[in-house]
Amino acid sequence: MANIFEDVGTRTINELDYVGSLNIQLWSTLRAMKKALPFIGNRYRWEATVRQILQIGYDALPMVSLMAICTGFILALQGASELRRFGALHYVIDLVAVGFTRELGPLLTAIAVSGRSGSAFAAEIGTMKVTEELDSLRVMALEPIEFVLAPKFLAALISIPCLTIISTFFGIVAGGLFMFFSTRLAPLLYLRYVMESIALRDVITGLIKSVAFATIIAHVGCLEGFRVRGGPDSVGRSTTSAVVKSTFLVIVADAIFTAIFYFTVRP
Amino acid sequence: MPIISIRDLVVEYDGRRVLDGLNLDIEPGETMVLLGGSGSGKSTLLRQIIGLERPKSGRVIVKGVDITRCSPGELKKVRHSIGVAFQSAALFNSLSVKDNVALPLREHTRLAPSIIDLMVWMKLAVVGLADFGKLLPQELSGGMKKRGAVARALALDPEILVLDEPSAGLDPIVAAELDELILLLNHAFGMTVIVVTHEMPSAFRIADRIAMLRRGTFISVGTKDEIRASQDPRVRNFLDRVPEDIASATAVAAHFEKYLHSQETRQ
Repeated sequence: MANIFEDVGTRTINELDYVGSLNIQLWSTLRAMKKALPFIGNRYRWEATVRQILQIGYDALPMVSLMAICTGFILALQGASELRRFGALHYVIDLVAVGFTRELGPLLTAIAVSGRSGSAFAAEIGTMKVTEELDSLRVMALEPIEFVLAPKFLAALISIPCLTIISTFFGIVAGGLFMFFSTRLAPLLYLRYVMESIALRDVITGLIKSVAFATIIAHVGCLEGFRVRGGPDSVGRSTTSAVVKSTFLVIVADAIFTAIFYFTVRP
Repeated sequence: MPIISIRDLVVEYDGRRVLDGLNLDIEPGETMVLLGGSGSGKSTLLRQIIGLERPKSGRVIVKGVDITRCSPGELKKVRHSIGVAFQSAALFNSLSVKDNVALPLREHTRLAPSIIDLMVWMKLAVVGLADFGKLLPQELSGGMKKRGAVARALALDPEILVLDEPSAGLDPIVAAELDELILLLNHAFGMTVIVVTHEMPSAFRIADRIAMLRRGTFISVGTKDEIRASQDPRVRNFLDRVPEDIASATAVAAHFEKYLHSQETRQ
């Protein structure tokens, strides 16, 4: 019995320690962020940020676009198979447009980036830790938070909302292709229906979610890297852990944000 | 007045005492070698001297600043006068050798790029890597990497140069070349050099004084002649390469008895 309490206590302390570390890391990064900004910050940090933007955003573009097209097509097909029975096939447009703008665009992008870049952050920082590169930064009077994390965080904050917009666009395009081939609905007419079905608040809530997801992915990935202890095997474990934890936290955050928007933002 | 002063330094990891009340003074311009076997605590001591870890108790005073208690700002200031070359070299793999050496200059000075280029070339020339600046660290041999790390440690012309196992894993010729480089830096630039090593030929070639560590305590501190002449059996065992009694029948039996006793206690 005592062992159960001990186990629960240890796990609770570990989880609280993790959340506390995430918070401390977030605030330290926010304080260091101005150094990564263009014009007012350090030129080398901004250059690092641009490189990260290309890696997180530009390199993920084909994958995210293809995922969005496939998901848009699946959503339209599944929706149509049910809605057709009630003669409400045109509601597929609302389903795809609203679904992607509010929900699937940010979520799909976050899951794709978490798998690609979250794991890469953990592996890169973990390897730097194992090879004493982080220590060598410290002894050169350079802060790893400012040098390594701030450019990654800023790049994620820029790239992930941009990818979300692109992913939403391709999801809606996939819905349009389905409508064209199944009902011969003209693309311009489809576009008009899409514009009528989505409101500005849908776009804003989607973008707010994408910023929150970017924060989670960047910080969980980096924290897992900083927590690496030991040799190369622990880098592998931290990489896996970064993907699992960031995907889990993204979905939990999505549920919380959706509930908040449902109860507070009324049409 | 010593440039580095260590007073009653105690370091523990998970309740296990690694350094036990160390006292040592290092004078400006001297080459101090921290000599000892694997696990004797010499790398732990080095991490304390460069302020990477905080001790359980005791003080490490570098240039009059107690780095175990000072503010992060003061620690940064002290670190500007310390150059460190790690055992693994810890060069940044994403940067060329030239950029690795240029990094501290770009971060901590306002020198023009052309001046930085000139200074980098000079540092690389001192360590014999003037023709290899454009290569990435992974394109260098082990000895070249270590020399690259020394060049980076020299970038800000530090008063104190700290080298962790500079000749570990190198062939005798390359190790001897590094020894000559250390002597040159000490004689030509008047640097205080601290070298952690377990290689005796290297230690006796470069040292002004040797501090010999065993199980977290200094067993002898003195000039190389004093160490050579020491009659302390622990010093003699190390110098004469007498193996410790770890694999004899009595030692194994003692370990087995200890194990059985611990099992009985648990039951």
